[in-house]
Amino acid sequence: MRTPSGSPTAARHVGVTADFLGMPSFPDAAREALGDTVQRRNLAHATGVIRGKRAKVVGELENWEELRLAAEAIKNRTLFQLDEHLVAFEAAATAAGVTVHWARDAEEANRIVVGLVRETGAEEVVKIKSMATQEIELNEALEAAGIDAWETDLAELIVQLGDDWPSHILVPAIHRNRSEVREIFLRRMGDVGRPAPEGLTDEPRQLAEAARLHLREKFLRAKVAVSGANFAVAETGSLVVVESEGNGRMCLTLPETLISVVGIEKIVPTWSDLEVMLQVLPRSSTGERENPYTSVWTGTTEGDGPQDLHVVLLDNGRTSVLADEVGRAALRCIRCSACLNVCPVYERAGGHAYGSVYPGPIGAVLTPQLRGTTSEVDKSLPFASSLCGACYDVCPVRIDIPSMLVHLRTRVVDEKRGGVPSAEQAAMKTASWVMGSHKRLANAERGAGVVGRALRRRGTTTLGSIPLPGLGAWTGARDAPVPPEESFRQWWERTDGGRSDDVDGTVDGTEGKR
Amino acid sequence: MSGAREEILARVRTALDDRPEVPEVPWSYGQPVSTGDLDPVARFAERVADYRAVVTLTTAAEVAQRVTEALAAAGAGRVVVPAGLPADWRPAGEGIELVRDDGLGADDLDAIDAVLTGATLGIANTGTIILDHGADQGRRALTLVPDVHVCVVRADQVVTDVPEAVGRLQQLGAHTRPLTWVSGPSATSDIELDRVEGVHGPRTLHVVVVEG
Repeated sequence: MRTPSGSPTAARHVGVTADFLGMPSFPDAAREALGDTVQRRNLAHATGVIRGKRAKVVGELENWEELRLAAEAIKNRTLFQLDEHLVAFEAAATAAGVTVHWARDAEEANRIVVGLVRETGAEEVVKIKSMATQEIELNEALEAAGIDAWETDLAELIVQLGDDWPSHILVPAIHRNRSEVREIFLRRMGDVGRPAPEGLTDEPRQLAEAARLHLREKFLRAKVAVSGANFAVAETGSLVVVESEGNGRMCLTLPETLISVVGIEKIVPTWSDLEVMLQVLPRSSTGERENPYTSVWTGTTEGDGPQDLHVVLLDNGRTSVLADEVGRAALRCIRCSACLNVCPVYERAGGHAYGSVYPGPIGAVLTPQLRGTTSEVDKSLPFASSLCGACYDVCPVRIDIPSMLVHLRTRVVDEKRGGVPSAEQAAMKTASWVMGSHKRLANAERGAGVVGRALRRRGTTTLGSIPLPGLGAWTGARDAPVPPEESFRQWWERTDGGRSDDVDGTVDGTEGKR
Repeated sequence: MSGAREEILARVRTALDDRPEVPEVPWSYGQPVSTGDLDPVARFAERVADYRAVVTLTTAAEVAQRVTEALAAAGAGRVVVPAGLPADWRPAGEGIELVRDDGLGADDLDAIDAVLTGATLGIANTGTIILDHGADQGRRALTLVPDVHVCVVRADQVVTDVPEAVGRLQQLGAHTRPLTWVSGPSATSDIELDRVEGVHGPRTLHVVVVEG
């Protein structure tokens, strides 16, 4: 039987691990992605639909802004006393029958999970969609250890069978249309389990049914499941999984062993805090008042569900993010993906262009902080934005992504300082010198005015691309007006502060000087 | 393992040595929320129906009848019934076989047509049913594997919105039990964002609301 995920996914290394592959910089990747008309059509349709749904259910609430402020405060409370909450969570979970493990990085987390699975003797696990496990590239580690990892979320199944990688936080296969999904199911389901039914059409209902049948046998026989968690309650040691399909419930209740990989920032302090989080998450993510299934469990329950429970608390760079006073706000993220759905850049470029398991606006601020800014792609991510701010408007925990992007741009630029100055740096230095003296600026404006006069005589009103180093890319996509014949200072001097102004530029004799 | 724990906690403490001020949460917990023009039970029924679950309102005396009708409509023959389900809710009808859950395995459950349970709470504004998997509801697998779920919710179990639900669960001491919040039948929008009902989990959800 072929292994569940093919080698191309593993070779891409888009998680946060020690293995690094040079993904192309965002502009290069995006340029290519823009040519994928199928993806563009899918994304435009999908994000439009979700935006509408979200707007409707958010519009129903009178207190949406209060909810956002509460959610932001709850998450900040967590982060600013994170060590205390982690210790409390560990104590409560342990008392409830959970074994709590700690993982400093991806490699350690994978070693722990592989070890736990090996102890059960199982050769396969079923998985609930978990971004944390994608981040650490757990599936690849399990496979290297000879353990099959079956994704059970429909979109993750499509991605896995298609030897692909996720392009969206919530709907990872959104870059695929229905005929591609049908083709993937027909081609690959038989390799790893029950084949797709003959005569399978590309109707979503039939495709979902094919997935239901294919996965059911795996659910019913699995002994070990791996999950993440949307929230982990420090007060009680409870975990919360929010889902739509029911594959989560299958994985959380049928097997004997459940291993949950949870980022340390997923903690909320008290059980009552769930009343805020369970309002903002469904409305922000799938645009529903509540998602079909939310599972909450606090340790083991006799006669009901897995009796062997484990939680792996994952750092993997989060403590570095926490140390950055501006950047730490990104840890409030509850992975709703509202920012992706509203981003004009994401809508056109798609998730793969970001070269990370976390795409879109949140990916642009989280990935360079988790992975560092040494690779080409991570250096380019803070620039993958027009700073329109739509993401900040919709973020349920009020992460000021635009400010954070500017903060990270500063970091990237600062890291480039020293050595041979780039054309952009030289241009900036020159501009700074010119503007540093009013005489130099006045001279520059006079010179520009002469050029402007000459261009206008030729009938030119806007400048196209200016072929000077550092300016070509900037001006190629913008219309710069031709410099005016007279600068503001010259006009001010000539007209004595506008008192004797005349449209033709001559002095109005009747008004005279005052 | 303890090496990792100490190191992570040390990193956290170092990261926070700027001592950011810990904010108060500007929120009043557990408050009721308006259910608009409708009373909570009517709102609950409306919102559950919004998810394309079937809703029936009835009185205490007629529960068994409604349950029987619901099961018949769903074509269910073999029905698993939790041990603690009130006796006068049990359906009686031709072709309905009641099955007890005495350690049914996953494959046994797969051969069951339907499950009948009570509930812990109903949330009006979101049309959510909360199960705490107590004696009248059965363990979690029971309401997961069979394809039809008939759920009886009493009017006095309906609260206005999520904050009251979270508060009430804690009052009942049920918050650390295993909980499943169900808002409509299972669904996915993963393929082109076209919402399709019924992936894993019961594809038919029938809610019987009992007033009086």
